[in-house]
Amino acid sequence: MLSLVIFLPVAGAVVVALLPREHEHRAKWVAAGVSAVVLALVAFLFLDYDRDAAGFQFVDSATWIESDFSDFDLQFAVGLDGLSLPLVLLTAFLGLVAVLISWRIELRPKEYFAWLLVLETSLLGVFSALDFVLFFLFWEVELVPMYFLISVWGSGNRFYSAWKYVLYTFFGSAFMLVGILTLGFTAETFDIRELAQIQEIRDAIIPAWAIFTLIIAAFLIKLPIVPFHTWLPDAHTDAPTAVSVILAGVLLKMGGYGILRMSLSIMPDVARDASIWLAIIAAVSILYGAMMTLMQEDLKRLIAYSSVSHMGYVLLGASAIGTVGLTGASMQMLTHGLITGMLFVLVGMVYDRAHTRNISELSGLAHSMPFIAAMMVVAGLASLGLPSLAGFVSEVTVFLGTFEKHEALTIAGVIGIVFAAGYILWTIQRVFWGEADPKWESLPDATAWWERGPLLAMSLAILAIGVYPAVMMDLFESGVAPIAQRLG
Amino acid sequence: MDIVRFGPELCLLIAAGLIVVADVTLPFKTARERRYVALLLALDGIVGSIAWSLALVIADERGEAFEGLMVVDDFSLFFNFLFAGVAAVIILASVDMLERSRFQSEYLALVLASTTGMMLMASTVDLIAIFAALELQAISFYVLVAFLKDGCSSEAALKYLLLGAVSTALTLYGMAYLFGLSGSTNLNEIASFVADADSGTRSALVLAAVFLAAGLGFKMAVVPFQMWVPDVYQGAPTPITAYLSVASKAAGFAVVMRIFVVALGEGAITSDWSNMFAAIAAISMTVGNVAALVQSDIKRMLGYSSIAQAGTFLIGLAAVAAEDPQLLLGTSAVVFFLGTYAFTNLGAFIAVIAISNKIASDQIADYAGVAKRSPWLAGGLAVCLISLTGIPPTAGFWGKFWVFNAAVQADLVWLALIGVLNSVISVYYYVGVVLRMYTQEPASEEAFAPSPYLGFALAAAVVGLFAVGVYPEPLLDASESAAAVFA
Repeated sequence: MLSLVIFLPVAGAVVVALLPREHEHRAKWVAAGVSAVVLALVAFLFLDYDRDAAGFQFVDSATWIESDFSDFDLQFAVGLDGLSLPLVLLTAFLGLVAVLISWRIELRPKEYFAWLLVLETSLLGVFSALDFVLFFLFWEVELVPMYFLISVWGSGNRFYSAWKYVLYTFFGSAFMLVGILTLGFTAETFDIRELAQIQEIRDAIIPAWAIFTLIIAAFLIKLPIVPFHTWLPDAHTDAPTAVSVILAGVLLKMGGYGILRMSLSIMPDVARDASIWLAIIAAVSILYGAMMTLMQEDLKRLIAYSSVSHMGYVLLGASAIGTVGLTGASMQMLTHGLITGMLFVLVGMVYDRAHTRNISELSGLAHSMPFIAAMMVVAGLASLGLPSLAGFVSEVTVFLGTFEKHEALTIAGVIGIVFAAGYILWTIQRVFWGEADPKWESLPDATAWWERGPLLAMSLAILAIGVYPAVMMDLFESGVAPIAQRLG
Repeated sequence: MDIVRFGPELCLLIAAGLIVVADVTLPFKTARERRYVALLLALDGIVGSIAWSLALVIADERGEAFEGLMVVDDFSLFFNFLFAGVAAVIILASVDMLERSRFQSEYLALVLASTTGMMLMASTVDLIAIFAALELQAISFYVLVAFLKDGCSSEAALKYLLLGAVSTALTLYGMAYLFGLSGSTNLNEIASFVADADSGTRSALVLAAVFLAAGLGFKMAVVPFQMWVPDVYQGAPTPITAYLSVASKAAGFAVVMRIFVVALGEGAITSDWSNMFAAIAAISMTVGNVAALVQSDIKRMLGYSSIAQAGTFLIGLAAVAAEDPQLLLGTSAVVFFLGTYAFTNLGAFIAVIAISNKIASDQIADYAGVAKRSPWLAGGLAVCLISLTGIPPTAGFWGKFWVFNAAVQADLVWLALIGVLNSVISVYYYVGVVLRMYTQEPASEEAFAPSPYLGFALAAAVVGLFAVGVYPEPLLDASESAAAVFA
């Protein structure tokens, strides 16, 4: 059943690609249908998940490749646990949102929706894979769709941004491949469930910290951390809106998920030693990202830099090496996905109407676009961590978890919240409130069903998690409990 | 008995002879008739050869032939299928070019002759026979490269001939050394000699190994024996370039594996030559990739990229240590990679042939907007180039995976790191072509489609690429049984 869910989008992509030229406009309906079905199936899995059982559920496993001369087998193994299930739900949800907000796409819709669906398969696969090589396979598959989506349908400096994104990511995964191979050879298995049980990584060919660094390099570049973050502002700004939503909402989470699932749980000894370094890097990312955000003139770039800052909280929580910290890190991944996804949708709508993203030019938009303004306030307040919205829950959990281990760095993280309040409120005030500029008086508000639907759904989700976080947090806690136990 | 084992090669030789004889003796009314008969004979020869190899597999016929000069085992059968299949595709791809030429039968006969030479190269365990097969293959190619008879083609052929002659001389010198030291030309007997070698003999053996690596390095197209590659690839007719880049390289690697792993692999000097190959691999990958970044002609770019790929294959050989399982891991990885490389590179070249036929240019800049004019062709080329980069879920990814796996298990993590970083560099020029095809405006909006033969071959390559990318187990089994002959 899980394999069906994972591969359904790519089957949809094949259907979309084979549509004849005259029926090109049907592509969006096929894509919407497929993503809706995927979301429904994932929601079913979510409700069917047994919260009291430990370990992975919905496991589909088959031996895939056997090598006579190596000691390992490669398996096609997928499954979900408390850590990956909410992320898969997020992927399916944002996948549908991305299809809906691309409803008006003019240029080559067939290829666009086909690539979007292939991207969705690779993301679902990354979060569900239980074999490290299968994980790597899905991780790499997202490169080609992203490259084309940004290059062909993007704006601004799109070719440069697409190259930068691909080269940075590929560079990180190059190191990860060597790390995976060394790990597999040393441990004689690639199965993540078995790897999470092994007692110690013997220093077989290269030291354990070297393997740890090779593997985590790819995740840190993806997260991204300062100073490997420079691809993110360019890629986010120049990508089309839907792709920015998927990029910020899901792709960055691949990095966080990888750190939690692979680096921390497979090599706990090295992770414990590295905890302080990860915390320092996290604090730097939070503060640097926040400070850079304050300086931005372009609305989309501002949200992009705020992502750098917010993903720093994920790393900060992960560095805490305890249940609370890890739960906070995973919650932050989920909530940031929803919140920043919503922010990018809104920015995209503003840009579609006003044809500028320059903050100094925009002013008083609330007069002509009240719905968008209201949604922007919800998303903005969630982003800065207002209690009763989702952002608060995850950030407070991260701080609670990290304070015992790294006091000073946690305080640095909290200061990041102050900056966040600054840039969010200041931006909303400048863009939406203030003098009504006659230039923007006639801008249409968001009225279409495919605009209001996703926005309302996302704000409901943010509110629901903010008011009743246990629905997700219990799940995450059951997922990270074995990891935290390994870390001791 | 021996004839039965020699069957696949015999089929090709007979077909080649028949083609030439038929061309001279039979009364043809039109050039088309002449061409069709020649093509029919050539394809029949190849089909017969493949069928015979299949029969040998089914009948489980393995063993030596001609007093130990030739051997039929899983290794030689793997390469039989590889060379015959590639030759069939090349012949189909040359049909358009042959229409414009006078020497159609000679071309086809030469292609079959070189295929025979390559099959023999993979099937012999005797130095003299290896040399004879090498020469058969090389001389056929010298003529084939010159086929277009324009300035570029003739210059390329002359360069190939001169450098090829020098490298053959080096190879022969190395073989003479081995013969002089061991007293035999049979690889297995040399192996037992090498196993008992004392330190004085060991230095002489290393010298022999260096000469052989130098001479065969030309065939494999690795640095520093790669100077001929860009010019010859550019000047030769594109089907021959494709044939060179895939089959000739594979044959070179097959010979290197036979000689080094069997004759020189008994432990005395294995670490010496595997270190040498490791260094050559690292340098080849880097030089090839960096040089390919700045090319403007697509055949030259693919030429430099094939130098880099050859370096990657060599990692598998560098990972060979004196005992199992590294020995088998390394050799099976090379064989597997050669298999996937064959149809990936062939697919890319077929698309290049089809596109260049239409736009009459080999410049990458002229590939702009091809996706609008011929979506399937551009898609096929894009898929093959992405596979060459090593991005999943394609066959090229698995090729690199197993080679890097062999390197890691042989304690060559630094070499694996250089390999993956070079893959990152290669993304730029491979995907750059794809980008140009899809995002730039074409010079003319006229749509075109490839000829049916080319289209079919490209489709087969793409399907095979994804099939192996998703389920590499069958090809992996075949490569591992091929490598098991070295156990």
